[in-house]
Amino acid sequence: MPDALYRGPPEDGLLIAPLDAFTAVYHRASGITHLLTEPAPQILAMLQEGSLSLGALLDRLERDYDLADGTREALAARLDELIEAGLVARL
Amino acid sequence: MRHAFSVRIGPVGFRIGSDWRAPIAALKTLYRDYPGPRDGVADFTVRLFARRPWRRFVRPSVEIGGDYMLPEAAPLPLSQGLLAAEMAMNLQMALGARRYLLLHASAVERDGRAVLMTGISGAGKSTLATLLAAKGWRFMGDEFALLDPATGLVHAFPRLISLKNEGIAAAEAAWPAARMGPLMRATPKGDIRHMVPDARAIAAMDTPATPALLVFPRYGFAAETRPVPPAEAFIRMTQASTNYVGLGEAGFRGLTGLIAQVPSVAIDYPDGTSAIAQVEALWSAL
Repeated sequence: MPDALYRGPPEDGLLIAPLDAFTAVYHRASGITHLLTEPAPQILAMLQEGSLSLGALLDRLERDYDLADGTREALAARLDELIEAGLVARL
Repeated sequence: MRHAFSVRIGPVGFRIGSDWRAPIAALKTLYRDYPGPRDGVADFTVRLFARRPWRRFVRPSVEIGGDYMLPEAAPLPLSQGLLAAEMAMNLQMALGARRYLLLHASAVERDGRAVLMTGISGAGKSTLATLLAAKGWRFMGDEFALLDPATGLVHAFPRLISLKNEGIAAAEAAWPAARMGPLMRATPKGDIRHMVPDARAIAAMDTPATPALLVFPRYGFAAETRPVPPAEAFIRMTQASTNYVGLGEAGFRGLTGLIAQVPSVAIDYPDGTSAIAQVEALWSAL
C-alpha cells in the first residue's frame, strides 16, 4: 500500500500572524482562528506547497528546520492534530 | 412606540422606543448634549416593552428588545428602566455591529494615542477611565472601544458611564460637577449609577485615536504590573470582543495588528490612586 499523502490548504487559504512562541492562523475556508506552536506552522507551510508523504515531510523538516528530535511517530501525531483541526487533509 | 428618543454615540446612531415615559425622559435628560443619528437614520433600534399590556401598570416589568434579541434576557423593574435601556443598546452593538471590531474595553486618549483597558465586569474599566479623564485624559468610552480593521484606529463610544458599587463614590469625588442619573440599588450588577461624560469627551467623540497601550486591570490586589505575552493578549482580546468571530478575516487582521502594534500589560491595583499612578508610569515608559 502506498504511503498516504498529506495536503494543506491552498497558498491563499491561510492568514498567518506570528505572535511569540505561538502563531495565530486564520483558516479562510472555515473562518476559524488557530493558535499553533512549532512545528505546526512549518508543517502547514510545506503542505501548502504540495502534497507530501509522511516520510517526505519528515525529510524536508529535518533539512530545513534541523528538527533533530523529530520522529515519525511525533510527526504523525502533529499531523493527526492538524487533520482534526481541519487544516490538513489525508489523501 | 409610545415614547421614543434618538441619539448618536460616536459613530453609532440609536433609536430607543419605550412603553413607559420614565426611561425615555431619563435618556433625554442625560443625553441632551449629544447629537442625533447621522441623516436622522439610526443604526440600531432598541425597544423597552411590556410583555403583557397590564404589565405596563401592574408591577411594571421592562423587557429588552430591538433589532437583536436574547431570548433569555430577564426583564428589569421599571425603576431600573435606564439600566434596561443601556443594556439593550449594548446588546444591539454586541450582536449587530459589523463595521468595527468591538473590544469590551474602556479607553482614554492623550496626544492622539489611546490606552485601552479591558477586563471582566468589576475589574474597574469604567472607574479607571473616569479617574484618568479627571486627570486630563480624554474619555473615549467605558464599555466598547471600536477598532477599525481598515485603519487600526480606535473610535470613541462615550455612552453614559456605567458606574458600579465602589466606583460610584470614586467617580463622584473625581467629577463633583458631573451630571448623574438615578442611583439604582441592587440591580443584577450591584448598585449602578450613570454619569454623563464630560463636555470634552462628547465634543471630541468623532475623533479617533491610535492605540498605544493595552491594559488588563484587576481591582482588589496589591499593586503589581506584569507584561502580558502577545499570544495571551490575543486570546484574551478574542474573548473580550463580541464580534471577533463574526468579522472573520477583518477581525483577525484588526486584532493581530493591534497586538503587534501595542504593548500589553496586566496591572493589579488596590485603589484608584494607585491604578492611575501605574497607568501613568506605563505611559511615560512607552
